[in-house]
Amino acid sequence: MNIRDKELRLHTISVLVDNESGVLARVIGLFSGRGYNISSLTVAEVDGEIRTSKITIVTRGTYQVIEQIKAQLQRLVPIHKVVDLTVDGPSVERELALIKVKGVGEKRVEALRIADIFRASVVDSSNESFVFEIIGRTQKLDAFIELMQPLGLVDISRTGIAAISRGPEAM
Amino acid sequence: MATKTLNGSQIVLRALKDQGVDVAFGLPGGVLLPFYDEIYQQNELKHILVRHEQGAMHAAEGYARANDKVGVVIVTSGPGATNTITGLVDAMMDSIPLVCITGQVPTALIGNDAFQEADTTGITRPCTKHNYLVKDVNDLARIMHEAFLVARSGRPGPVLVDIPKDIFLAEGPYVGPSKVEHKTYRPKVKGDFTDIKEAVKMMAAAKKPIFYCGGGVINSGPNASKLLTKLIKMTGYPCTLTLMGLGAFPASEKQYLGMLGMHGTYEANLAMHDCDLIINIGARFDDRVTGRLDGFSPNSKRIHVDIDPSSINKNVLVDLAIIGDAGHILEDMIKAWKSEQAIPNKKALGQWWEKIEGWRKVDSLKYKSTKKVIEPQFFLERVAALTKGKNAYFSTDVGQHQMWAAQYLPFEEPNRWLTSGGLGTMGYGLPAAMGAQVAHKDALCVCVTSEGSFMMNLQELATCVEYKLPVKVFLLYNAYLGMVRQWQEMFHGERYSASVLESHPDFVKLAEAFGMTGLMAETPDQVDDIIQQTLDIDGPVLTVAKINRTAKVFPMIPAGAAHNEIILGEKDLPDDAQNNTDAMVLT
Repeated sequence: MNIRDKELRLHTISVLVDNESGVLARVIGLFSGRGYNISSLTVAEVDGEIRTSKITIVTRGTYQVIEQIKAQLQRLVPIHKVVDLTVDGPSVERELALIKVKGVGEKRVEALRIADIFRASVVDSSNESFVFEIIGRTQKLDAFIELMQPLGLVDISRTGIAAISRGPEAM
Repeated sequence: MATKTLNGSQIVLRALKDQGVDVAFGLPGGVLLPFYDEIYQQNELKHILVRHEQGAMHAAEGYARANDKVGVVIVTSGPGATNTITGLVDAMMDSIPLVCITGQVPTALIGNDAFQEADTTGITRPCTKHNYLVKDVNDLARIMHEAFLVARSGRPGPVLVDIPKDIFLAEGPYVGPSKVEHKTYRPKVKGDFTDIKEAVKMMAAAKKPIFYCGGGVINSGPNASKLLTKLIKMTGYPCTLTLMGLGAFPASEKQYLGMLGMHGTYEANLAMHDCDLIINIGARFDDRVTGRLDGFSPNSKRIHVDIDPSSINKNVLVDLAIIGDAGHILEDMIKAWKSEQAIPNKKALGQWWEKIEGWRKVDSLKYKSTKKVIEPQFFLERVAALTKGKNAYFSTDVGQHQMWAAQYLPFEEPNRWLTSGGLGTMGYGLPAAMGAQVAHKDALCVCVTSEGSFMMNLQELATCVEYKLPVKVFLLYNAYLGMVRQWQEMFHGERYSASVLESHPDFVKLAEAFGMTGLMAETPDQVDDIIQQTLDIDGPVLTVAKINRTAKVFPMIPAGAAHNEIILGEKDLPDDAQNNTDAMVLT
């Protein structure tokens, strides 16, 4: 990685924060105020006792911009740690989607068959619809959604990416 | 609980006392009535009643800057809080430590559009280093102490604490500052010694080095300026300072090249352009300093010492970054310079100085004086001469007069120069001088201003009179928004769009109406006498100098130009300057 590299790259950044009021607004405000891009953002409490939350942000930028983003995040007071999962060793990324498909007859059967191939599970069904739950990398979800398109896709909810480093080390 | 309980107002006052605060600038309002009732019944905190909340902010900034302490502001909810925004951003940009206490509507009413309610923490989130809404009186003492810790440590900045009315009234425990440890906030102050040794090696190997230092040295405390001076003298290298750094290295020293940047000296800017090593201590490569980035110091290596990692590689890429407090790092640099037995390249340095002296001979701050009209540069040179040795504090507003003040007032020590650098806030000067005067009761505190800026916060003259703060205001009068006018003359075809101030008060009478002295100088021969009178009068004085209306600030690096494209004066203007409008917008 070179600071002079001008190529735009996607980075997954994991941010451990104090779960206090306004902390998400600080992070989002930093991105909008400084013109950084957000491709995906997830947040949830990870330790109820010491009240910490983890924010996973996928952002696009040159190396210089990504370094700026990390330094700016680090500067926010209620932030414990900032890790760039794209740079700091291997990591796993997962996303969950709930996908509603409406249809009858052959299309309905075809949707079920594809869901099976993708290991998506049915979490709701009616006479003319299914809701599939699918978990995987973003590309897998994208591929599944594309195949559902002609089969009566009517609604999608996606969680955005959660990510963690591989191996025994904690963040 | 064994701890004695106090009400919220008493907790805040006790926390202020334990944080060493003896002065606050403020203006009460509905939700602050319980707090002000408590203030009334004590003598430890002196409260300065300002006439506008923005005045309180800049006064606290001036106080903090002149005193190396945290400035404290107390304002009410809604409009009181929103009036602090400019001051908060100003303090954020210039790294000034402030704690701003805002009243809020009672907890039960938050979110109901109550009278004088504003989402203060929401509005001020990007304007502060950190902010808090206190929802439980049990957290109040901790939050107050955290606010001071965050404001003053690391890269200093403004912290806001929003306190609802019912929290001021509720009873809760008090904990002292020693019992408060922040969960996450750990600014790095010591620099990496291996990097510091590497820096010293780069410094010793340089043939054309220059120190480029800024407000970070001032913020590190007066000792950092002493260490900087020591290091610069040990090396024999030249030094230039940013607007915010003036006073970090004595202006009278031979190694000082003056301020750099848009209105910096010829020698400082050309040395930056030609050098082979920039040693940046506590400056942030601001666009007013660098000029066009792709033309900035094309052949140099750069060392960047900064307490804020986000300053590194933000505008200008550097070869070696050292994160930490300027004072600590300077101390280690001096140690490393000695232990590494660093010896500068005498021959190369001699040639470098020869070149610099050649540029210095151009005398880029020279100007023409006549007997008819007061030139602003002349006036400020006389102010400098007649205040010499008085250890004066100078504040400015923003615009031409600010640049002339930066160019013609020499500063020998840190914390003497109060100006709005990053945000460029017109209206900063008078309250800032007032704040400095509160910090230093018997010192000479001068505000250099011009009518465009001055009119934005002149209500604080009443505060100066009420508290007998003998601030001396020198107002360079030209009936223009001078800097806007200068750009319009130079780059916008002399179309003076909205920059002429057609109507203005009689400033002498205005001063008298406020209960203070007003003086006026109209010709150069009156200047010395008027300045001396201003200094001799016991009490605040507003002194107007009618200056050459069309005087311009030179040298000047136009926006979008590089250091070596510096314009020295009228005759030096490029022919196509007026057509080259896209590079010349006030950005």
